[in-house]
Amino acid sequence: MSAEKLTMATALNRAMRDAMHADPTVVVFGEDVGPLGGVFRVTDGLTAEFGEQRCFDTPLAESGILGMAIGMAMNGMRPVVEMQFDAFAYPAFEQLVSHAAKMRNRTRGRVEVPLVIRVPYAGGIGGVEHHCDSSEAYYAHTPGLHVIAPSDPADAYGLLRKAIESADPVVFLEPKKLYFSRSEADLTAPVPPIGRAVVRRPGTDATLIAYGPAVPVALEAAEAAAQEGRSLQVVDLRSIVPFDDETVCAAVRSTGRAVVVAEAAGFASVSSEVVARVTERCFHSLHAPIRRVTGFDIPYPPPKLEHVHLPSVDRILDAVDELQWEYA
Amino acid sequence: MTRDAALLLPSTEPVTLIDPDGHPVPHVGHDLPDPQALVRAYAALISARRFNDQANALVRQGRLAVYPSSHGQEACQIACVQVLDDGDWLFPTYRDSAAIVARGVDPVQALTLLRGDWHSGYDPHATKVAPQATPLATHLLHAVGVAHAARLRGEPTVVMAVCGDGATSEGDFHEALNFAAVFRTPVVFFIQNNEYAISVPLARQTAAPSLAHKGIGYGVPGERVDGNDVAALLKVLGAAVARARAGEGPQLIEAHTYRVQAHTNADDPGRYRSADEVTPWLARDPIMRLETYLRGRGLLDDQDVRGYAEQAEQAAGRMRAGLGEETSADYRDLFTHVYAEPTPQLREQQALVADELSREEER
Ligand SMILES: Cc1ncc(C[n+]2csc(CCOP(=O)(O)OP(=O)(O)O)c2C)c(N)n1
Ligand SMILES: [Mg+2]
Repeated sequence: MSAEKLTMATALNRAMRDAMHADPTVVVFGEDVGPLGGVFRVTDGLTAEFGEQRCFDTPLAESGILGMAIGMAMNGMRPVVEMQFDAFAYPAFEQLVSHAAKMRNRTRGRVEVPLVIRVPYAGGIGGVEHHCDSSEAYYAHTPGLHVIAPSDPADAYGLLRKAIESADPVVFLEPKKLYFSRSEADLTAPVPPIGRAVVRRPGTDATLIAYGPAVPVALEAAEAAAQEGRSLQVVDLRSIVPFDDETVCAAVRSTGRAVVVAEAAGFASVSSEVVARVTERCFHSLHAPIRRVTGFDIPYPPPKLEHVHLPSVDRILDAVDELQWEYA
Repeated sequence: MTRDAALLLPSTEPVTLIDPDGHPVPHVGHDLPDPQALVRAYAALISARRFNDQANALVRQGRLAVYPSSHGQEACQIACVQVLDDGDWLFPTYRDSAAIVARGVDPVQALTLLRGDWHSGYDPHATKVAPQATPLATHLLHAVGVAHAARLRGEPTVVMAVCGDGATSEGDFHEALNFAAVFRTPVVFFIQNNEYAISVPLARQTAAPSLAHKGIGYGVPGERVDGNDVAALLKVLGAAVARARAGEGPQLIEAHTYRVQAHTNADDPGRYRSADEVTPWLARDPIMRLETYLRGRGLLDDQDVRGYAEQAEQAAGRMRAGLGEETSADYRDLFTHVYAEPTPQLREQQALVADELSREEER
């Protein structure tokens, strides 16, 4: 046990380093991940430590990066590739959806493509267009892909280690705005399996369900609600696919009320999936319809307007207020 | 269409008409541009340099969110615009703000994207400048489409499609060249090869002898030009535009230049290249060599130089004033401009924000 204070960027860097030490088939590549260490420095030092063969820059082509990764995964390697920003992963969409996601299925399990696609994602950093997309719904809607979104350094480390060990392709969504926030993490602690949600904060009155960049906002809202005498439980999904029905439903049943918080647009989204699943399973425990606080159904705003779009503490508290407390 | 493979290949050396010391270089294919064009280019270069320096300063003052500077690449910026007619289109990238301003777009509107007010600030139809493209190479296909539509509509339009060296690795770059060649569209593909894609040097983008060599595989003639020699750029790009307008199809021009500054203010080039590598490029500055040449020919004197500098300074002052004003970013635009008619859901969402704001005001 050795807890230390570190950033999510450092935790992710450690996860790759430790995985590269543990398994010589792990290779890291993408745009600017070599000498520069990635535009967010998440791959900092990997080329220096492991050499050009294990961590390298590619020509600038996302479809090329992922397509080559699929081939390498077919031939005994475990590639970990970086898409520089969320929206710049789109040129790789064909490779992801038609090949990475389907190879196992097409070959009746004879060919596996164990690879990780790391995507710095979502907003809140004042980035200009194409640098702030919440693209999880595209991935989650594609059978064959695991989709993970950590919200703190400890999970980032543990889940990336598990993602690299996974036999299936994993889309690993790294909330950019959390890259440089620090917290205690014990990297030697046992790593949680992929597919488990966690109760981040106990509470009895209502449940906030969040993942990735929305988790700290949900926690802040719970803190604010506590000041007003309302006890909010916070569940962090951590893994979008596979989805942990058990933990999420147990949490909602314990309070009977829920609000889903997500930065992505709400329409046809992960948040709509959460509401549907929980309603299907917990209808008789619910005292009110589940509400959602999500990004609006608009292209991500320019920096000067992103505050209007992002789920805020006030907007979450407003939604909580509407959970039909009069029928308590 | 040229079927002779040799005619599709670029020259072995980039075309140079004025060398870094300001001496004219005889060239079999191209004469020097006429003096008025060079003097006009000089004035534009001074303005573009001042624009870049001013934008960098505005980033430091927190007035711009980010700025990808074209400092050192100004000859490319202004030449690709100077060769266009009014009805022609420019398809720029995030790095081409100086070109957009040279095209006549108001500097404050040109910087709307990088200021963080909106995604694009000028009217593309009015200015014939497409929105700046950030997803690399994607806009090159739009350029082909605009040019193809112009042909179908019987318009004499030529489209200048600009990208960087890194962008030539994207699939869309290759598809654009192929489409343009097959349909013989009037597009000039203009690569500003500044040797870097953020930290990645050209050697990691291509094993080809030059980027201009990429044209031959598609039947597109390629040419290489000294990207810091505005005289050569004007002639080579001008010839490509004339050829496209005459119905002879697309051309691929690679300008060899160098990104003397960081990728953007957020970048730290010390991590991937040495200062020694940059120094020789400072001596190849596009402004110095043209100034030396023009002064040597008696086409420019101290008074002219002061005059152009003063003009550029005044423009920079207007830019500072414009960007110093508080902006009027309006949340309603977020909902208004998603569809021709907002959906019922968007109306609801806009009303929610309006309600939040009115409650905030009451408090
Ligand atoms: C599809 C896509 N992938 C990645 C990026 C991130 N990115 C922005 S600029 C850049 C480098 C581009 O280099 P180059 O084409 O040479 O143009 P330069 O910046 O040197 O002008 C990268 C990788 C992007 N904008 N679009
Ligand atoms: Mg470049």
